[in-house]
Amino acid sequence: MKKSAGILLVMLLLAIVGPWLSPHDYLATNFNALLNAPQLSGAHLFGTDDLGRDLFVRTMLGIRVTLLVAIVASFVSLVIGVTYGAVAGYVGGRVDAVMMRFVDTLYALPFIFLVILLMVAFERNFLLIFVAIGAINWLDMARIVRGQTLSLREREFVEAAKLTGISTARIIFRHIAPNLLGIVVVYVTLTIPQAILVESFLSFLGLGIQEPQTSLGALVDAGVSQMERAPWMLLIPATLLALILMSFNFLGDALRDFFDARQSK
Amino acid sequence: MLRYALLRLLGAIPTLLLVIILAFLMVHAAPGGPFDAERALPADVAEKIEAAYHLDEPLPKQFLRYMSGVLKGDLGPSYRYRDRSVSELIGSGFPVSLKLGLLAFGLASLLGLSAGTFAALRQGSMLDRVVMSFAMTGVSVPVFVVGPVLVLVFAVKLHWLPAGWSGASGPAKYVLPVITLALPQIAYIARLTRASMIEVLGRDFIRTARAQGLATKTIIRIHALKPTMLPVLSYMGPAIAAILTGSVVVEEVFGIPGLGQFFVRGALNRDYTLVLGIVIFYAALIIVLNLIVDILYGVIDPRVRQQ
Repeated sequence: MKKSAGILLVMLLLAIVGPWLSPHDYLATNFNALLNAPQLSGAHLFGTDDLGRDLFVRTMLGIRVTLLVAIVASFVSLVIGVTYGAVAGYVGGRVDAVMMRFVDTLYALPFIFLVILLMVAFERNFLLIFVAIGAINWLDMARIVRGQTLSLREREFVEAAKLTGISTARIIFRHIAPNLLGIVVVYVTLTIPQAILVESFLSFLGLGIQEPQTSLGALVDAGVSQMERAPWMLLIPATLLALILMSFNFLGDALRDFFDARQSK
Repeated sequence: MLRYALLRLLGAIPTLLLVIILAFLMVHAAPGGPFDAERALPADVAEKIEAAYHLDEPLPKQFLRYMSGVLKGDLGPSYRYRDRSVSELIGSGFPVSLKLGLLAFGLASLLGLSAGTFAALRQGSMLDRVVMSFAMTGVSVPVFVVGPVLVLVFAVKLHWLPAGWSGASGPAKYVLPVITLALPQIAYIARLTRASMIEVLGRDFIRTARAQGLATKTIIRIHALKPTMLPVLSYMGPAIAAILTGSVVVEEVFGIPGLGQFFVRGALNRDYTLVLGIVIFYAALIIVLNLIVDILYGVIDPRVRQQ
């Protein structure tokens, strides 16, 4: 767990400062240095691609874009999921039944294909990727938050808040929502790798992040087309992507176990 | 049992309808027409094309026309492959994808179940740790990373297996695509089976069976396997969906002329009707397969039917 957290911290740091560590520009092409292999002491630590662009700076940018999309998308799913789940759980009764039946129906939808359809219909726009990925990942969050809210609803402090006569919306957002923080944090750590997976899947197919912008998925895609001559173009982004996903999954699992153990006490 | 199956079937219809409506609206809300990318057409030609594809009609009428086509198995003409209908294209691509998917699904179930069971029986052993760390890696590493890396190692560097589809003959060309597709599912099923088996082995009825002096093999086969299968079976729905999504990637990586490749090409070429048709086809497939899993669940576990 410490290892995973450490790796993620390093990745986050690289995402923020990485692109500035290199003297190269991520757009600058150099036709005298096409497909240079990585070298520790040379000008290009991770080598160059088929247009002579420095891969270190592009990889750092890729980490940045991948993490940014994932974090923003997870935030979108968090807002939708927590609101939906808290309202369903707090209001309860028939409203709850209808809202949860709707979630069950959505579970059966092949969202990834609808997202691709969305990308086809509305050009590949950055904002849309965030929202679309966020919009497919809120279902688990809504279910879990609803379950928690059902039990929170019966607690004395909610009873007391009701007696003071404040509105239902205020009770949900000021009194219920803060108490959901623990479980929400755990599930966000599990939502982020899912969002990364969707984004890199789309980018790999050429439907996500578009050139000259890049993400780890787009870099893997570019690496596949050059793998016979320049295997490093595939292996470096592939390793980093796998490392990030694994760390998030380990961390999420560990946090969930920790949280479950505390809950059951 | 029949009542349970019928109820499940009725429940699937609104889901499918919702997919069709959502997908249809998305495509028709798209800014610009499907023919905008080409040279600007004279107004009268554009009008004629729109009339030929019924794009000049009001949206509800277009939708009803499309729905009645869908019910008859007609998904309309493709915008890009001019002389072929969407149904024809699906018909030519699907058998390849189906074969790939079935092989991967079979391999994943077989290896996942046995690896998970062995790991559970020797909990804490070297074997258990190896299987579980492999499983954690397999769950985390996406198909589009596994596929290219396998090609790089086994086809480009070692020359053991063919890298692509065309040109290769015999069953060898199936090896890498099927393994790529199955790997994450093997990992998932192994994890689920192990956790489920450990839980089941701790229950009272297993202790009773042991107390009766039954051999471990018999206990596993007769008593433990069926309850272990339940959580694994409920993962089959998501597994099928994951294999379908994965096959889009695998077909792209290995150049396999299946449904997934048509889907990606259609998406990149903005072939609206083809993409819409394939989305509806995939959705129907996933929903029907989920239905079958649900019904199987009811067959194995009578408690589910009561609800």
